[in-house]
Amino acid sequence: MAGAIGTYAQHRRGYYLYLVPGAIGFTLIVLIPQIANFVLSFTAWKGVGTPRWIGVQNYQKLLTDDQFWGSMIHTLMFIVSMTIIPVAIGVVLASLLFDYVRDQFGERVSNLFRAGFYLPQILPITTAGVLWGWILSPVGVANIVFKAIGLGGLAQNWIGDATWALPSVSLMIVWIQVGYCLVVFMAGLSRIDPSLYEAAQLDGAGWGQRLVSITIPLLAPEIFVVTLTTLIAALKLFAPVFVLTAAGPDNATMVPSYLTYYHFFTTQRVGYGGAIAVVQMILTVALAVIFLRFQARQQATE
Amino acid sequence: MADAVLDIADRSASKTAAVHGRRQRGVGRWLVLGVVVLGLLATLFPFFLAIINAIKTSAEYASTGPLALPRSIDLVQLQKYWDLSDFGRKLLNSAIISGCVAVFGVILSTLNAYAIGIGKVRGSRVILVLLLLGIMVPQESIVYPIYYMAKAVGIYDTQLAVIIVLTVLQSAFGTYLLSSVLGSFPREIIEAAEIDGANRWQVLWRVVIPILRPTLMVIGTFFFIWTWNEFLIPLVMLVSNNNQTVTLAMGLTRGQNLSDPVLQAAASLLGIAPTVIFFLIFQRTLTRGIVAGAVK
Repeated sequence: MAGAIGTYAQHRRGYYLYLVPGAIGFTLIVLIPQIANFVLSFTAWKGVGTPRWIGVQNYQKLLTDDQFWGSMIHTLMFIVSMTIIPVAIGVVLASLLFDYVRDQFGERVSNLFRAGFYLPQILPITTAGVLWGWILSPVGVANIVFKAIGLGGLAQNWIGDATWALPSVSLMIVWIQVGYCLVVFMAGLSRIDPSLYEAAQLDGAGWGQRLVSITIPLLAPEIFVVTLTTLIAALKLFAPVFVLTAAGPDNATMVPSYLTYYHFFTTQRVGYGGAIAVVQMILTVALAVIFLRFQARQQATE
Repeated sequence: MADAVLDIADRSASKTAAVHGRRQRGVGRWLVLGVVVLGLLATLFPFFLAIINAIKTSAEYASTGPLALPRSIDLVQLQKYWDLSDFGRKLLNSAIISGCVAVFGVILSTLNAYAIGIGKVRGSRVILVLLLLGIMVPQESIVYPIYYMAKAVGIYDTQLAVIIVLTVLQSAFGTYLLSSVLGSFPREIIEAAEIDGANRWQVLWRVVIPILRPTLMVIGTFFFIWTWNEFLIPLVMLVSNNNQTVTLAMGLTRGQNLSDPVLQAAASLLGIAPTVIFFLIFQRTLTRGIVAGAVK
């Protein structure tokens, strides 16, 4: 390329033009709202009129707000169904499908299984909610089945009872999440050298031993990525709760995202809702930073 | 990361069964298969329930219960929910919104990624981190100001508002993916085009985009389906029935008092159908993007 066109720096400058539409969009839809929300979290505002500056009062109120702390505790509980159980099932299932079913019955069979387990992932969560709401309603399939097999005593008002609402929502979440974990783990397994398994098998290692000593250590990067991404998703959990229980009964399934939504659009305490969203954002960014650093390190070692 | 993601998927897809020649005989192999099959049946059972009950009449449901297979195929309940929810309209709305976001999102992502991946403009890395954080943070922290702004400029409760917001959010992600793809775009091709007298716009339009087409199609497909499944932004933006999407309508059925259980099954089945159809059409494409979608 001849110098006639100009210096390299000038040459590069021309590319900035292509960033203009994206920059305008990002500024309007992400940056300004993000800053506005942060500023609003220091005000009392009903959504109309002028916001009144009240300093950190919203955050002080949060400290003693049982609804807020309840939502945080529920988030911790939902981590079990968003992350812990699906990752555990996913690792075992991926290893069974990859290391056992595929060997014994062929790749097609194992792919078919993978697709089947993945199916709940593709549904809009709201559709999953309608489906499970129907199954778990007092006169729904779950209770009918219990009665039919003589366990009528186990029948519950699954989503309308404060004790059972959170486990019921969790059940649906596990159903949705397993497929995601499984598919990522199976993709990870495909980069493992099959001769490792063969050698282990020749040495007499059973499936369980191969799982613990080969599969889990080699899948560590995938397990880390899935754990972190599902943790972030758990912090943002909204639609399953909205559709199945509307955070009820009696706040039994209240989560931070729902609480934010509730204050924005029901109580109209926009500043207060904003403060909850800020807390959520800070927690998410902390996890996201860990994620990014991990990825940077991965790329460096590749 | 995007490379890694696409790589992983490619490898798993192209990896043919490296026949290990260690097939075993005996009860053990069938036992394991049995356990996995049981798990699969449990996973698919809710789908099965929705299908067999959506095609029953209320009377049949009342007399034989949800587990009995239907005696005949009766589409009355499906028809009833379709009319009740104006489902055809909802499908059209979803298709319009998702289609627009897919097209505009891909265009915006390509422009951004061209500057970052090929132009390597200063601050690229900062831009990418900013974009990624922008996607990862909860939508709750931007939703109220966006809602307020939409009202202020008079596009509240229009599909346009949802299209604009989701185009920007999805393209933040698309930019991130495409930038790393374009970062490894062969420089010789671009230099050759420049020597032939092509300007930047021509290089993008005549060289980069044609080569990138398959990738752009994949990303467009993701945008379409992600947008189809999007809930919070449509929930906040679209109040009138006529503007709502399928996913949003599903989310609001709880309030609609679908007292008839067969009608609920019909609603579920109608909600499931479009995504299963996408899944079957785009199965290969979608399994590639799973890891990619994880960051969202």
